[in-house]
Amino acid sequence: MVLVLAIGDLHIPHRAPDLPAKFKSMLVPGKIQHILCTGNLCIKEVHDYLKSLCPDLHIARGEYDEDARYPENKTLTIGQFKLGLCHGHQIIPWGDLDSLAMLQRQLDVDILVTGHTHQFKAYKHEAGVVINPGSATGAYSSITYDVNPSFVLMDIDGLRVVVYVYELIDGEVKVDKIDFKKTANTQSAH
Amino acid sequence: MVPDAAAADEEKCLTDGMGRLQHNAFYMHRALDSNNLKDALRYAGQMLSELRTSSLSPHKYYELYMRAFDELRKVEMFFVEETRRGTYSVTDLYELVQHAANILPRLYLLCTVGSVYIKSKEAPAKDVLKDLVEMCRGIQHPVRGLFLRSYLSQISRDKLPDIGSEFEGGANTVNDAIEFVLQNFTEMNKLWVRMQYQGPIGEKAKRGKERSELRDLVGKNLHVLSQLEGVDLDMYKETVLPRILEQVVNCKDELAQHYLMDCIIQVFPDEYHLQTLETLLSAFPQLQPTVDIKTVLSLLMDRLSNYAVSSTEVLPEFLQAEAFAKLNSAVGEVIEAQVDMPISGVITLYVSLLTFTLRIHPDRIDYMDQILGACVQRLSGKTKVEDSKATKQIVALLSAPLEKYKDISTALNLPNYPRVMDHLDNATNKVMSAIIIQNIMKNNTCISTADRVDTLLELIKGLVKETDEAQDDELDEEDFKEEQNSVARLIHMLRTDDAEEMFKIISTVRKHILLGGPKRLAFTVPPVVFSALKLLRHLQNQDGDVNGQEVSVTQKKIFQFLHQTIEALSSVPSPELALKLYLQCAEAANDCGLEPVSYEFLTQAFILYEEEMADSKVQVTAIHLIIGTLQRMNVFGIENRDTLTHKASGYSAKLLKKPDQCRAVYACSHLFWVNEQDGVKDGERVLLCLKRALRIANAAQQMNATRGSSGHVTLFIEMLNKYLYFLEKGNPQITSSAIHDLIDLIRTEIQSDNTTSDPSANAFFSSTMRYIEFHKQKGGSVGENYEQIKV
Repeated sequence: MVLVLAIGDLHIPHRAPDLPAKFKSMLVPGKIQHILCTGNLCIKEVHDYLKSLCPDLHIARGEYDEDARYPENKTLTIGQFKLGLCHGHQIIPWGDLDSLAMLQRQLDVDILVTGHTHQFKAYKHEAGVVINPGSATGAYSSITYDVNPSFVLMDIDGLRVVVYVYELIDGEVKVDKIDFKKTANTQSAH
Repeated sequence: MVPDAAAADEEKCLTDGMGRLQHNAFYMHRALDSNNLKDALRYAGQMLSELRTSSLSPHKYYELYMRAFDELRKVEMFFVEETRRGTYSVTDLYELVQHAANILPRLYLLCTVGSVYIKSKEAPAKDVLKDLVEMCRGIQHPVRGLFLRSYLSQISRDKLPDIGSEFEGGANTVNDAIEFVLQNFTEMNKLWVRMQYQGPIGEKAKRGKERSELRDLVGKNLHVLSQLEGVDLDMYKETVLPRILEQVVNCKDELAQHYLMDCIIQVFPDEYHLQTLETLLSAFPQLQPTVDIKTVLSLLMDRLSNYAVSSTEVLPEFLQAEAFAKLNSAVGEVIEAQVDMPISGVITLYVSLLTFTLRIHPDRIDYMDQILGACVQRLSGKTKVEDSKATKQIVALLSAPLEKYKDISTALNLPNYPRVMDHLDNATNKVMSAIIIQNIMKNNTCISTADRVDTLLELIKGLVKETDEAQDDELDEEDFKEEQNSVARLIHMLRTDDAEEMFKIISTVRKHILLGGPKRLAFTVPPVVFSALKLLRHLQNQDGDVNGQEVSVTQKKIFQFLHQTIEALSSVPSPELALKLYLQCAEAANDCGLEPVSYEFLTQAFILYEEEMADSKVQVTAIHLIIGTLQRMNVFGIENRDTLTHKASGYSAKLLKKPDQCRAVYACSHLFWVNEQDGVKDGERVLLCLKRALRIANAAQQMNATRGSSGHVTLFIEMLNKYLYFLEKGNPQITSSAIHDLIDLIRTEIQSDNTTSDPSANAFFSSTMRYIEFHKQKGGSVGENYEQIKV
């Protein structure tokens, strides 16, 4: 059981002052093995905070990030899964699942984690799964109206990944879960 | 050298004295054992003579004294035994001991016998005590006298005619006990003060130190008084306190006054202090000007503060005793009286008073303001406070209401609060401002009126306003960033749901941040912009769907506001940030249906792109943002849309590196195909873009071929995917032959000898082919398109 936190688009301090308190109390150091951050933190303080939750922190560059050295995209292997990370402002049209699928094929990954739209999505297509953890602070977006703060926790266990999405709606944290399974031999998830 | 020699001498003196003392003690005990009273008393006298020495410091004298004390205990036990047996009568003993040659031994023995006398109850306690306390007058030497009276105090302790004690009754009352202790105390204090004037003038410091060592001997008497059952509140009020204060004031000695006032406050219950507040406070101005009254007064207020929170029943007493009024005027009087008190001392007093008031009268905002007002008065006429002790105290003063009330609004409502902050120098203002911001963030407070926002930002101007260049440079860059980021976060707490008021708020915020200078604007402008955009959304939700002419004036005003605000970034200059913000506004205007406004914002973005973006990496990001934004816009008429898309594609093709060009151009293809219902679906222009992109990819291939690298293969595979995308969407211009050509081209390139193998490109190609295969097999409406494709 490997826990991977997918989180991003916090936009601190441009669009939000801080993570919601309820999220902060849930995100405790030492419980998570990897963090995939879709970008737009935007400042070092947020980077340091995430690093304190888990030292294995991967960040893709968002267009508002203070640190311009974050990579445009990143790939890594966790257990049986290949994961890809990209903020998503580079993929036009923004939020278009087919275009994101192309990136997924290009990076050759089972799970693509991407952001920018501030809207949670977990979508399965023939080449794999696209996950958008939304905005952890519920930051303003030109693309999505009525953004609720959200983040995603993936539990990777063998060939199975359970995606837990945590959303803050009207002051309460609601959790949902989605199961994905990968077939052993092929390189893609069905 | 000399001090060491003196110390060594003293040590020798002590050792010798101890030796002789023990020697005499030995013989004394032997005489006692053989019931030879006369001899015993003779040896006792000799033993006690050691205490007549003048060559020991108090510290060393104490050792000698303690040894003598132990011996005298044994003597006392002997006397008790023998008088009980009837060998001697107490009165006889009392007589006999007075034959000792020297007065000091005589008095020690007298005290010892006196103790026995009282115990025997043959004479009233009060008479014996009175006798002894008067006779001790015979020793006027300060150190010797102090120890002697201390001895008297120690042995009489359990024999005082207190209420409920066995020695009470008849003529003996607690009043006598009190009288005895007070007299002993008074005499001891006089001796103690006299020490100050002994010895050469040059040794003043040494004397002060020696006096300090003895102070607890004097203070003990107050302790004894506090332990007496008979000293209830009335007794304390009527007799004990006035007498003590009389001695304290009259002795006119700085050391004594400070110590004894401190002692009184610590030794007697807080309840008493509350009820005798006026009397106690009236003594303060009468003390010597050099006495550090503020620590004593602070101590008093702190004790009373703690007393107040100890139980809720206690609070009404405070109100009844009018504690605040009395303490307030006492503080004022003390400050008036001690003209030379440094400003840090003044503020410390007010901090204690404020803490006290916050505990006792948390609802009396007017009291808080009064206290702050008094501080302002003391601070005015001076330049900015720079003494670090004073500034620390002012920060404590200003932080206290914040901690208590949690809601910053309370502090903001105190008219004197900002006036006190005015007197801080810039560095301290920043410290205080940081504390204020932390308080707001921690308590999640929203500041919801423009007036309060104005006051707040004025308060924290150390962080917001640009000041001396020199000062700003000194600040570490990391710290500066942290500082400004905290201001940025704060801006999100300045909000309300009322649209009119919210607009006033963001206008106020902007007014303040524009004074921040170019260094700060990059941090403070984005939160203001996004606050305005959120307000726009809010308005949109309220009005429902707004189309064309039905726009409310306020929407236009907000866009004007946005434009002006972003423009300020040109002074930084921060073109990348400004471009992004213009694009955000363009989209927002699109959603409001305001075509000219949206066009204007896009124009501004393009201008910045043209004029300010030299770095190719920056250009790539910027052009993608422009294309992405433009792709989502539906408000433009044909002419405007054409102009903008033309510009975008033009710039895409002019990027420096071929791969970047290719990608930007094929991104532009999406400008002509929008998947929504009435979105534009211009298949021809899509194909034009794709072909253009392909040509660029080919050019890239040429370039790479000369170098033997194969990066361009990925480009072709991307192109293939794009063709497939539009094929799927139903663009009739996409032919299967074009796709076949691409597939062949890619296969050729991959297998070619000239290019190095690229595993990721291979994988990309494989997954793309799988994708095609998948759709062919899946069939359905999408699969139809794929029928033609041969794999």
